[in-house]
Amino acid sequence: MNNIKNTQLFRLLAANFIQLLREPAVLFWGIGFPILMAWGLGIAFTKQGDMNRTVAIVKQSSTGTAESKLYPFLNKYATISNGKYVVKLNNTKLGKVNISFKECTWNEAYTLLKKGNVTLILEDHPKIVTYHFDPANAEAQILYHLITGTLSQGPDFYALHQEEIKPMTLSGTRYVDFLIPGLIAMGVMMSSVWGISYSIIDRRSKKLLRRMVATPMKKSNFLLATMIARLTMNLIEAGLLFGFAWLYFGTSIQGNLTALFTVFLSGNFAFSGIAILIASNTANPEVGNGLINAVVTPMMVVSGVFISYHNFPDWILPFIQYLPLTLLADSVRSIFNEGAGYAQIWMELTILTLMGGISFVVGLKIFKWY
Amino acid sequence: MRINNFTSYRFINFETCTRTIMTRMQNSKSTNNEFLVEVQNVKKSFKEVNAVKGVTLNIKQGEFLALLGPNGAGKTTLVEMIEGIQQPDEGSIFITGKQWKSHEHDLHKIIGLSLQETRFMDKLTTLETTRLFASFYNLDFQRADEVIDLVGLKDKNKSYVNDLSGGQRQRLALGIALLNKPQVLLLDEPTTGLDPNARREIWNILLQLKNEHETSLILTTHYMEEAEYLCDRIVIMDQGSILAEGTLQEILKQSGEKEVIEFTLVENVSSKILESQQFAISWDDKLQTGKMIMENVQNQLSHFFAFLQQKGLTLNRFNYRRITLDDLFTSMTGRHLNE
Repeated sequence: MNNIKNTQLFRLLAANFIQLLREPAVLFWGIGFPILMAWGLGIAFTKQGDMNRTVAIVKQSSTGTAESKLYPFLNKYATISNGKYVVKLNNTKLGKVNISFKECTWNEAYTLLKKGNVTLILEDHPKIVTYHFDPANAEAQILYHLITGTLSQGPDFYALHQEEIKPMTLSGTRYVDFLIPGLIAMGVMMSSVWGISYSIIDRRSKKLLRRMVATPMKKSNFLLATMIARLTMNLIEAGLLFGFAWLYFGTSIQGNLTALFTVFLSGNFAFSGIAILIASNTANPEVGNGLINAVVTPMMVVSGVFISYHNFPDWILPFIQYLPLTLLADSVRSIFNEGAGYAQIWMELTILTLMGGISFVVGLKIFKWY
Repeated sequence: MRINNFTSYRFINFETCTRTIMTRMQNSKSTNNEFLVEVQNVKKSFKEVNAVKGVTLNIKQGEFLALLGPNGAGKTTLVEMIEGIQQPDEGSIFITGKQWKSHEHDLHKIIGLSLQETRFMDKLTTLETTRLFASFYNLDFQRADEVIDLVGLKDKNKSYVNDLSGGQRQRLALGIALLNKPQVLLLDEPTTGLDPNARREIWNILLQLKNEHETSLILTTHYMEEAEYLCDRIVIMDQGSILAEGTLQEILKQSGEKEVIEFTLVENVSSKILESQQFAISWDDKLQTGKMIMENVQNQLSHFFAFLQQKGLTLNRFNYRRITLDDLFTSMTGRHLNE
């Protein structure tokens, strides 16, 4: 009476799934959290709310109101709220900007600047205003241009030529369209590496691994079950994340779906291999933790999940481009947004598969079952 | 109760060991079909520590053997070498005439084991865990149910492993070890840390197994009662070597049927006061209790009382009893079995 339900692979798979499903925290961090992150970041970068900015004013004691360039303007256009002068600017395409002018001493102004509460300090001299800011700070620069323009031309300055602005809301060109494929790729990495490495190291440290291989269990079945369970979780996770993005942000896949599925599989394979390599030798969960972080964190930062990696220095780009997360994020993104198919992503596909294969083989060679 | 009809006992010293080594090394193959497990002059060291220093052991079918010794005696290392988990540096191990290197798969099928501390998957139930392991042996669900019954965990079928008590977990581990009806069962300290009731439950399961005469058991323990109660033969190990081997009676007989007196005093004293050339009294300063092994209580006792009187000491409590394995071990090594 030997049915499929008591074959090794089936029971190992069942054990893996049951374990995942009975840990609500695993489900939340695996599935809920990426969706929350997509929602939060997507909202932050797509929905245009009011922009509120504060600048500091340092008054020269010798400056009389009559001689000031700043105060006649503020008295005319600003409302006073909480002791600050607030000037409201409006642009139908760019949204509203509220600039608060806060009077303070130099010391107070510096403190605000150091805390990041202001990026710009205005000094009110007779007949002239000087602007103190870090020229490398893009936001301070924009604010500088906005305030000088508004001071000379009035609050309507912000709305000048607004008809020339054509906002891009086309799917595939927004920040959220950049973000979702990156989050899907990152989900594959995090879930595979944490899921597989950690469960192997945990089982080794509990001596469960040792107990299991002291039976006629096939080692290949053990690894296969762990990998298949993860792949299934990752498919569900990516599916839900995409479903959410599709419903909420109208994200769409413009390229080849089978190519997307293939690259997803090869990404899973790459990270499963890497996970097994990471977990091949240590029985100490803390060491495992460090190893996993050492692999995962740099890629999260540089692989262009949240922002394009093209802003990094040129010399480092070739390294970044061949990191597995970069390869996966880039190819998923090009299928989503640029309509790519196998022809455009075959190289990424091959490299990812090779990476998976090599790490898997090396990992198994040095794998400690006992 | 004293039993006088013993056949043989062995008290192994390094010389006999070395001799055995020489003969075994020349002839590293299964020597005797009578034995199910043959351990031939096995050595294993880790970095600076010689965990097992040349141990030879044979176990017959259906025999229950206890490896008794304190922590660090090398019991676990020896058992893990028999289990195929560790490889000996020297010597060889045969199970049904087969070696691990060449017959790993066959041997996994006929042995059952429980490790010193295995933790199964926390969020799997008793039944799920047993079925998982049953699948490794290609066994059906029915067998999983049988062993759960056997170890008395039927009402815990649906409990997560995480929620089982220490004793229940050990019984689960034992059940899993019995799934494949193993010819050789190896249990590494199956009752350490359990309360007396839980320990008794494990013993009962093992006694039941013993009555079937099909399984050979190698059990490590530092409880002499466990070795006495369950096993046909006891091997006392310390620091990687076998100190004594035989049935309980054989080993005790070897000590010369000595007896032990235990006493407390009215006075608070330190062990120095009780030092004497005549008696080897071991006095515990903390507990204020004394113990002494006597070859002949009837003759020695009056001298002991005279000794106390001479020191101006008064007995508070006094009792005398048969020597135990622990007393014997202490007299050989200066330490207790459960240290």
